[in-house]
Amino acid sequence: MSETVGTAGSVPETRDTMLGLREMELNFGPQHPSTHGVLRIVLKVDGERIVSARPDVGYLHRGTEKLFETETYPMVIPHTDRLDYVAAATNNHAYCLTVEKLLGLEIPKRAQYIRIVLDEMQRISSHLLWLATAAIDLGAITPFFYTFREREVILDLFEDYCGARLTLNCMRVGGLQEDLTPGWLEKLRAFTEDLGSKIDEYEDLLTENRIWKMRTVGVGILTTERCIAWGVTGPPLRAAGLAWDVRRALPYECYPELDFEIPTGKNADTYDRYLVRIAELRQSRRILLQCCDWLAANPTGEIRGKVPRVIKPPAGDAYASVESPKGELGFYLVSNGGNKPYRLRVRPPSFINLQALPEMARGHMVSDLVAIIGTIDIVLGEVDR
Amino acid sequence: MSPTLAAALEGAAKIAFVWACVLGAVLPNLIWVERRMAGLIQDRPGPNRVGPFGLFQAVADILKLLMKEDVVPMYADRLLHTVAPLILLVPAMTTFAVIPFGSTIHLFGRDISLVVADVNIGILYVFALTSVGIYGLVLAGWASNNKFALLGGLRSSAQVISYELAMGIAAISVFLAAGSLRLQRVVEYQASGTFLGFLPLWNCFPQAIGCLIFIVSAFAETNRVPFDLPEAEAELVAGYHTEYSAFRFGMFFMAEYLNLIAASAMMATLYFGGWSLPYLHLTGIFGSLASIAVFAAKTGFFIFLFVWVRWTLPRFRFDQLMNLGWKVFLPLSLLNLLWTGALVLWGVI
Repeated sequence: MSETVGTAGSVPETRDTMLGLREMELNFGPQHPSTHGVLRIVLKVDGERIVSARPDVGYLHRGTEKLFETETYPMVIPHTDRLDYVAAATNNHAYCLTVEKLLGLEIPKRAQYIRIVLDEMQRISSHLLWLATAAIDLGAITPFFYTFREREVILDLFEDYCGARLTLNCMRVGGLQEDLTPGWLEKLRAFTEDLGSKIDEYEDLLTENRIWKMRTVGVGILTTERCIAWGVTGPPLRAAGLAWDVRRALPYECYPELDFEIPTGKNADTYDRYLVRIAELRQSRRILLQCCDWLAANPTGEIRGKVPRVIKPPAGDAYASVESPKGELGFYLVSNGGNKPYRLRVRPPSFINLQALPEMARGHMVSDLVAIIGTIDIVLGEVDR
Repeated sequence: MSPTLAAALEGAAKIAFVWACVLGAVLPNLIWVERRMAGLIQDRPGPNRVGPFGLFQAVADILKLLMKEDVVPMYADRLLHTVAPLILLVPAMTTFAVIPFGSTIHLFGRDISLVVADVNIGILYVFALTSVGIYGLVLAGWASNNKFALLGGLRSSAQVISYELAMGIAAISVFLAAGSLRLQRVVEYQASGTFLGFLPLWNCFPQAIGCLIFIVSAFAETNRVPFDLPEAEAELVAGYHTEYSAFRFGMFFMAEYLNLIAASAMMATLYFGGWSLPYLHLTGIFGSLASIAVFAAKTGFFIFLFVWVRWTLPRFRFDQLMNLGWKVFLPLSLLNLLWTGALVLWGVI
């Protein structure tokens, strides 16, 4: 195996002991139940203790960023669905925001609220998926079925709205393609009101569970300084105690009008990241209820701004980002004035957060590695693009 | 009929009865119960297609395993790879020999003690067999020539040996109280009186700590959640049986469930009065048959406990498991031994 594999940065070399014993090298993935896709981690283990962990990414590389350059601006949107494929709405949103920024478009209020609804539903569904898989990695199988029960309702709502369940393609430059279908808002409200008790149910199974705490408290600590050094955003950063959330830090759409809190943790460990995500579920629910109220009070309105027939942003560049469920998702767009992006670069939170894995895993047990991969919450479609 | 022939027939009949019950009735139904219970706990139906209520699901599963391709990895040790599941399965099937499943029944002019072999080293036999079973896990892990399987085998040997110690010491207290290693005698002792005047003399009352240690250790011995580390699928893919397929895997699967049934039966026997009912002494042939039912009900309760825990709890980490075994359970079981000794000395029990 070549020593250049991976993105891990400085990794201690294999130590040869006096007896000529050396650590076992373990190929963790790319086909492994806990790598959440095709992630490969080259482990050096001393017994079950991890000496070094080097993530090796690229198994799902599809050349998406190059592909962007061959498509017109509206045609790029379906490709963004396939980055973080469990959170397509936020991907659409981040891309549309970037193009709108370069075009200087004004988005109608109703479209802004519907976008926020889609985003927050997506955040809830993504966090539910995270909770399911993170719990199953630690051997708790039942939360998986509970969270998928609720996630199913969200996917049904998406299907009602735009016909797709995962790759939504639900936003357009300048607003939205379609308004809400009749009765949709009532269904969303019923689900959202119910969600609180469902979150309590997940917490009953895990939050005060002795074994859950033993497996997560103190595991995979990543302090605020190290988060900033690596560029880590999202729940891992907030669990380290820094209340940095794009929705508040660099506000977009009408988030400033909405009342919600940014949950933070103290200990920067896996348990705090769990708590932060659970709290975010509750905050998203709170935002959804407020949006439901606003949309019910303003049942009609424009959903698309004044968009030219052919989208040709002026030559120049723009960066816009949203708070995706995984962290700061940004698009950097360079335009040469044509109808296709000259260059479109994605700032994928999964990839950037994954960089911290070797640092978080070193010295822990193999069992902790799955907890740490789970707690970073990666989607390989976004890591590899 | 010569007494030797009669004894041989009696033994054969008892073996046939126990295996028919365990392999024919309890094992397939247990698989069904586990999956339906999982469905119930997880808000989904569970298997409900094969036969009434999906009852034949286990049969279908076993048939499927029989028909699958039997793959042996190229660099595996073929001999050990074949023998390992057998080493695990055979002890699992034979532990039932010493567990009394009922009182004495009077049939054909003979008093038949309802235990296949009422040997005077009962519990030692059980511990010896479970220790042999570990070789199955270790060899399976080694013979597969797979690092994940090897780690699984390593974990299982460390885990089972550590917990057997605590379990054994907890069990010593039981025999201290009963004054015999024979399991039939242990049950008779528990049926013989009361503790503190009103509680049945079941060992779970005077030796509550020992009982708890035994139950938790039994979870570890049978590799069940929260101690299912040897096959922790999230970490080790499938642990020691990663490289097993078809009926070789089926043998591991069966052995695991048989061990679970045996562990439940041992809990009922050692700590919860076995086939006896508190305050009641059933006699006659119906009393004997009732004792079998009582034993089945108690065992069933512990099987249910195993299933319930499996679908509720996360999994321990390896070092935490070892800490629990050596630093908590071992001292506590010694304390329990001291306490039971004191109770016996003062004549409380």
